Amino acid sequence: MTIFGKKIPMFFALFIWMIVWEIIGRMELLFLIPPFTKVLTGMWELLGNGKFHAALGISFTSFLYGMGLAIVIGIPLGVLMGRIKLVDELAGMWVNVFVSAPLSAVIPALMVLLGFGQTTVIFTVMLFAVWIITIDTRAGVKNISPSLIEMSNSYGAGKWDLYSKVIFWAALPEILAGLRLGLIRGVRGVVVGQLLIAIVGLGELFELYSRNFLMDLFWALVVLIFMFAYVISEIVNHFEQKVEFYAGQR
Amino acid sequence: MQSQVVTTEHIIEVKGISKTYDGGVEAIKNIDLQIPRGELTTLLGPSGCGKTTLLKIIAGLLPPSGGEVLINNKPVHGPGPERAFVFQDFALLPWATVLRNVSFGLELRKMPKAQRHEIARKYISEVGLDGFENSYPHELSGGMRQRVGLARALTVDSDILLMDEPFASVDEQTRRKLQDDLLKLLQIEKKTVIFVTHSIEEAVYVSDKVVLLGPRPSSVMKIIDTGLDHIKSDGDIRRDKHYLDLVEDLWLILKQYLT
Repeated sequence: MTIFGKKIPMFFALFIWMIVWEIIGRMELLFLIPPFTKVLTGMWELLGNGKFHAALGISFTSFLYGMGLAIVIGIPLGVLMGRIKLVDELAGMWVNVFVSAPLSAVIPALMVLLGFGQTTVIFTVMLFAVWIITIDTRAGVKNISPSLIEMSNSYGAGKWDLYSKVIFWAALPEILAGLRLGLIRGVRGVVVGQLLIAIVGLGELFELYSRNFLMDLFWALVVLIFMFAYVISEIVNHFEQKVEFYAGQR
Repeated sequence: MQSQVVTTEHIIEVKGISKTYDGGVEAIKNIDLQIPRGELTTLLGPSGCGKTTLLKIIAGLLPPSGGEVLINNKPVHGPGPERAFVFQDFALLPWATVLRNVSFGLELRKMPKAQRHEIARKYISEVGLDGFENSYPHELSGGMRQRVGLARALTVDSDILLMDEPFASVDEQTRRKLQDDLLKLLQIEKKTVIFVTHSIEEAVYVSDKVVLLGPRPSSVMKIIDTGLDHIKSDGDIRRDKHYLDLVEDLWLILKQYLT
């Protein structure tokens, strides 16, 4: 970022927006927006709060299980769709419908099926994340140059070697891109799932704070979740950049 | 690992091979061909005539629609250890170093790492890539990448080298250097080579025998023994009257098929 001809680090932009937030908060235009400093103290309060720890624990485990399922289902399904025409034709339509469908709408049905607990949240996370992982993996596998496959065959690669030594690695850039988008959708899945159920994890806290107009704590929670989503997507991004050198030429 | 060597004059026999692709495109029709052991045979023909199709059928990468291919008198049902393929687009693993790429054929044969790396280093040196063992393909020029592809094909110690327009995607100067280096290499490594190209000069320059294929659905039009001594003349072949005549003769035949 350059201001008045001077180079200024990017995070400075964030700093400016914090100041704007602080000023708007101080003007007390809206009780919904407390000053940013109050949100920061709220955050501090949250981090020492047992209720928050418990909620975080539940949410995080739901997220992990849900993502685990999404990865274990999404990557193999994407690979199969990329390799086997029949699977592609059978599953393709549904995957494409679900990837853009407003899945929040089916959560009430999930609640009826799976109860008002963690299982529903795990399933919601999986449902939010799995499709984009599948689609990107499929695209990656479809992109593999046919001569790499022929090369492996001509040197006598078995099925397992073909998939584990060639296809997986060749599709890795797309798989990671899908994973990054899937993780972000998964975070959304946890929040939306818990908000709708409203009696578990962070969703319960959101409900509690907004109903009691504890806006500083409410915003602190929002900022923390945003930060979490940002950090995990950056972690995957880091790995994506490690394979970027060959993404352009396969 | 190697099956016992059956010495016949013709290491490869192509018997009545036809290939019709799904959708009805007839690429090659009833091809009979005998490839003598230890020679370099070129498949030459107008573009799109099915040269590569024939090579891939011999490699066992494509099933023929009719006919059969015999290697050492045994029918081909897929790729085998006695044949190694060199690809037009190199087909290197972009995430693997030169060393791993060159030893990849051996890796697939479950050879222990130390052993396969030792063999790979020998061939990396033989193709002139000393010092590039730990480079990645994207760090190499096109010519160097094909040297990696060639080294990989040599490590597996097969009798037959199948080369699919191996020098088509490099520039003219590099191509000439690669042709010379290939000919020198073949003096050390006794191989039977089938070489696909659409360049008449390249075909005559590198081969003992040129098989001229006609337009689609292609069959064998003519087989020419070049009778050139590739090594002795050491690059002077291009001035040789006989070489120039052959190039011209082939051009006169091929010209008829161009529109």
